[in-house]
Amino acid sequence: MNLTLKVWRQDGPNDAGRLETYDAPDVSPDMSFLEMLDVVNERLINEGRTPIEFDHDCREGICGMCSLVINGVPHGPQRATTTCQLHMRSFKDGDTIAIEPWRAKAFPVVKDLVVDRSSFDRIIQAGGYASVNTGGAPDANAMLIGKEDADTAFDAAACIGCGACVAACPNASAMLFVAAKVAHYAHLPQGQPERDRRTVKMVNSMDAEGFGNCRNYYECEAACPKEIPVKFIGNMNRDFIKAVAAGNEG
Amino acid sequence: MNWLLRSLQSSLGKKFLVAVTGLALLGFVVTHMLGNLQIFLGRDALNAYAAQLKALGGLLWVARAGLLAFFVVHVATAIRISLENRAARPVRYAVDPGIQRTVSARGMLVTGLTVFAFVLYHLAHFTWGWVMTDAHMLTETLADGTTRHDVFSMVVAGFQQPLIALLYVAAMVLLGLHIRHGSWSFVQTLGLNHHKFAPAIRAAAAGLAWLIVLGNISMPLAVLFGAIGLPDGVTV
Amino acid sequence: MNLDAKIPSGPVAEAWDKHRFDLKLVNPANKRKFKVLVVGSGLAGGSAAATMAELGYDVDCFCFQDSPRRAHSIAAQGGINAAKNYQNDGDSVYRLFYDTVKGGDFRSREANVYRLAQVSANIIDQCVAQGVPFAREYGGQLANRSFGGAQVSRTFYARGATGQQLLLGCYAALSRQIEMGAVKMHTRTEMLDIVVADGITRGIITRNLTTGKIERWAGDAVVLATGGYVNVFYLSTNAMGCNVTAAWRAHKRGAGFANPCFTQIHPTCIPVSGDHQSKLTLMSESLRNDGRVWVPAKPGDQRPPSQIPDNERDYYLERKYPSFGNLSPRDIASRAAKEACDDGKGVGPGNRGVYLDFRDSIQRLGAEVVKQRYGNLFDMYQRITDENPYELPMRIYPAPHYTIGGLWVDYNLHSNQPGLHVIGEANFSDHGANRLGASALMQGLADGYFVLPYTIGNFFATHKPEPITTDHPAFREAESEINARLQRFMTIGGSRSPESFHRELGRIMWEKCGMARNRAGLEEALQKIPELREEFWNNVKVIGTERSLNMTLEQAGRVADFLEFGETMCRDALLREESCGGHFREEYQTEDGEAVRNDDDFAHAAVWEWKGPNEEPVRHQEEMTFENVKLATRSYK
Repeated sequence: MNLTLKVWRQDGPNDAGRLETYDAPDVSPDMSFLEMLDVVNERLINEGRTPIEFDHDCREGICGMCSLVINGVPHGPQRATTTCQLHMRSFKDGDTIAIEPWRAKAFPVVKDLVVDRSSFDRIIQAGGYASVNTGGAPDANAMLIGKEDADTAFDAAACIGCGACVAACPNASAMLFVAAKVAHYAHLPQGQPERDRRTVKMVNSMDAEGFGNCRNYYECEAACPKEIPVKFIGNMNRDFIKAVAAGNEG
Repeated sequence: MNWLLRSLQSSLGKKFLVAVTGLALLGFVVTHMLGNLQIFLGRDALNAYAAQLKALGGLLWVARAGLLAFFVVHVATAIRISLENRAARPVRYAVDPGIQRTVSARGMLVTGLTVFAFVLYHLAHFTWGWVMTDAHMLTETLADGTTRHDVFSMVVAGFQQPLIALLYVAAMVLLGLHIRHGSWSFVQTLGLNHHKFAPAIRAAAAGLAWLIVLGNISMPLAVLFGAIGLPDGVTV
Repeated sequence: MNLDAKIPSGPVAEAWDKHRFDLKLVNPANKRKFKVLVVGSGLAGGSAAATMAELGYDVDCFCFQDSPRRAHSIAAQGGINAAKNYQNDGDSVYRLFYDTVKGGDFRSREANVYRLAQVSANIIDQCVAQGVPFAREYGGQLANRSFGGAQVSRTFYARGATGQQLLLGCYAALSRQIEMGAVKMHTRTEMLDIVVADGITRGIITRNLTTGKIERWAGDAVVLATGGYVNVFYLSTNAMGCNVTAAWRAHKRGAGFANPCFTQIHPTCIPVSGDHQSKLTLMSESLRNDGRVWVPAKPGDQRPPSQIPDNERDYYLERKYPSFGNLSPRDIASRAAKEACDDGKGVGPGNRGVYLDFRDSIQRLGAEVVKQRYGNLFDMYQRITDENPYELPMRIYPAPHYTIGGLWVDYNLHSNQPGLHVIGEANFSDHGANRLGASALMQGLADGYFVLPYTIGNFFATHKPEPITTDHPAFREAESEINARLQRFMTIGGSRSPESFHRELGRIMWEKCGMARNRAGLEEALQKIPELREEFWNNVKVIGTERSLNMTLEQAGRVADFLEFGETMCRDALLREESCGGHFREEYQTEDGEAVRNDDDFAHAAVWEWKGPNEEPVRHQEEMTFENVKLATRSYK
């Protein structure tokens, strides 16, 4: 099939960007979206034009490196699917596809479709861990954790840190990302000793990075390739209120 | 108390403030509507209710001050949040269809600010008497010779003006949209969510919003279509 | 080349305890005076950086991804082995040790493997303490599943994303140290060379991938945790960014490269669908617990699978290896799939595929149970192939997955190049000629959490490095070499993209040095690769500037190194005149096509020494002795 792409090109963080139009002829429906871009890039290189920069690595939907807002939807039209796992059979011959980077003040554009997501790392550094050093851990079965709790903790921990939640949120809020990490530990006994402190510190870090505020649009949940549910946001709100009420504000 | 103020200034704290004040305002909207629906019971019922409220004296002022404070905090915090949200996405998407956001959710600022403007008009109309001053001056003389404010006639006279009636109807639809999102959203924001009840809560919120819209617009529409008229002998 | 493995004397079961006692310690107050440069932030690098920082060392950690959480360890699906014997099915440290040495086809170092089995239990304890959400039984205890090459159930897992959860645990520990200031993290930073001053590894040269800035870093030890080189095949299950550059540069500065021709071919990957293909996707080996592998018994049978009756199907793993059946080790299962396709029984595009069928399991357990166990894998399969595995059998084919060869290290994970430590997939020591499933995660974390943090202290205590700054001439030279190379890429102005060279190299490597090799093919590859390299350096086309983000330039650098490395890999394969692990030398097979290992001549690691750009590399040997697990032909029948 033949497609027209409108791709965001931006030379650097401080340059103005613009949408540029490219043809993508002879696209096979079995290609992944990124393989389609590979082919476009291969042609650009052959024509002596600068290829489109985009982030990608594992191409199997787990590293969280790939991004792309495709026709206004992070990771494109297929639910629960990262861009690297999106296949061209989701599009029709003759389609025009707009490809934009994640847009958020906290995710500045590095070049073209590549953005800087280090703000996510800094939020985790603020408290997204159980403070245990290596060594001295008790036997793994000494602590019983019910299957339901373990499963819920996994549901939350399934986050790949791609940032689609931020990209999808009209307010560029990072609540789902933060709430997922808070929920991961909140559902495990290992997370209890630092529960209040972790919640407040991570929320404060999220605010400091310049993400927007949650308005319960639930776009994040719809865009999340790992289908992390918004109930975790409500749970984090509760944990935050409890922490503040207890005077443990981090 | 620093920690509390600081926490209330965080993104979650601000949302908490909007939710709590919104909940209080929702309570007011419901009570206000229930009181006003007495218009269907006739002139005596509504005017007596109005007089009762007035008779609260100092308490009424306390309530008004409280309401005003909630209102100011709700609106000011919401505006602040909206400005921050705008700043959080300096470059907007060229294509932005949305995935599952609702009109009511997306329009909170617009519906909120419009309702805010409407409330000012509403006060100017029925409380301060700046609109249709003659109707505002109407009184009713009771059997014992005392007089009281003729709220019933004032309202009916107002709603007999088609433009005013339609303005109220339009404002109530916007208020309904605002409440439709706000009245389930607070559950999530205050962490009272429960994933099993979430769909029920959203349905209940929509139901509540509809009831508020229907209850409130029933009054201007009843007047406009002549189901309620001015009492005999009252002219404006 | 000094290949003293420094294996402790005495019984293997006591070696590690004894060795830990013999290791010299660094006073806690002095640890912060030692700077360690850790390259890579996967399970090995991340756990090592975090643990060494906890101990008090001054750590800098580098990764080319935009976050340490994205290292390719994250993609491991199935699980991690540990000798916990929680299932009461007879597992023990010794059994895990035995299975791993045997599974490795007797080409690994016994002492290393024993230590790996010993610390495996600590790893699970540590990860649980960190909050890794392993699968649990209703009663709250940890769940286990079986994996290929073992008859006990010792694999711990977190749905189909065990690598992700373990890496996030390790990333959390690393993040905590970053917040505390004990680790300085450098993301989007690619190591382009190590710096050897006065014979000792004293630093690295990096390129900031965002700004293009070349930087020098000095330290008292360098740790490479840079993963494997299986992208030399272009198509593999590795992430697009995985590369040999760090290991290859270290090799060119003196580190021995051991068994480069040992790669692991994973039996259950989604087959290639067309020429556009950029990578292959693995389907977890755990699927073989409930899926049955088969091909049509008759060559060229084009009927849809549902129309082929059972008596016309060849369940070849169950037929050839009845005691292990579908859970045969990876090398056996991969080669059997290749044989079936070579015999014309393959299915799907190009007839390079075999069926992995869940029909019987769905009948026995119900679709719901199968969905619970493998739902996410089935979804992934359907997204890629547009076929529903609940109704049609999956099509799978082996694909390059992991590298068992790597930089040579001694028992202390120290390479022959002083000051250079190598951990995780980047080293060679623990898996022999074939890695069993669920043991890569185990090795990465064993090295990073429980081995290197001890042994590096001994290095500092015994070597007492002199102070050094990045003004040392060795840094200047290394940097100017890098700059010259980058300049050269930018000025060749040829007509082919780096990607096209990579694809071409990959085809040569897969055809001539893949699952099956022979002398003629390898000699042909050894002819073709230098020609391709020659063309690359005259005809590659890199657009843009080296002073900003430029992924084509990054790729050019990696492909250039693969083009050198591929040659050494073929050379190694040529000289290993035996069939061992998944590396089938067609000249060495039994009459019924089974591999023939040659223990008399090849029970050793081949360690290559770089001699210069136009010189032949030299092959050294480290003999592998088997005092505990008796050398025997592996049988899974």
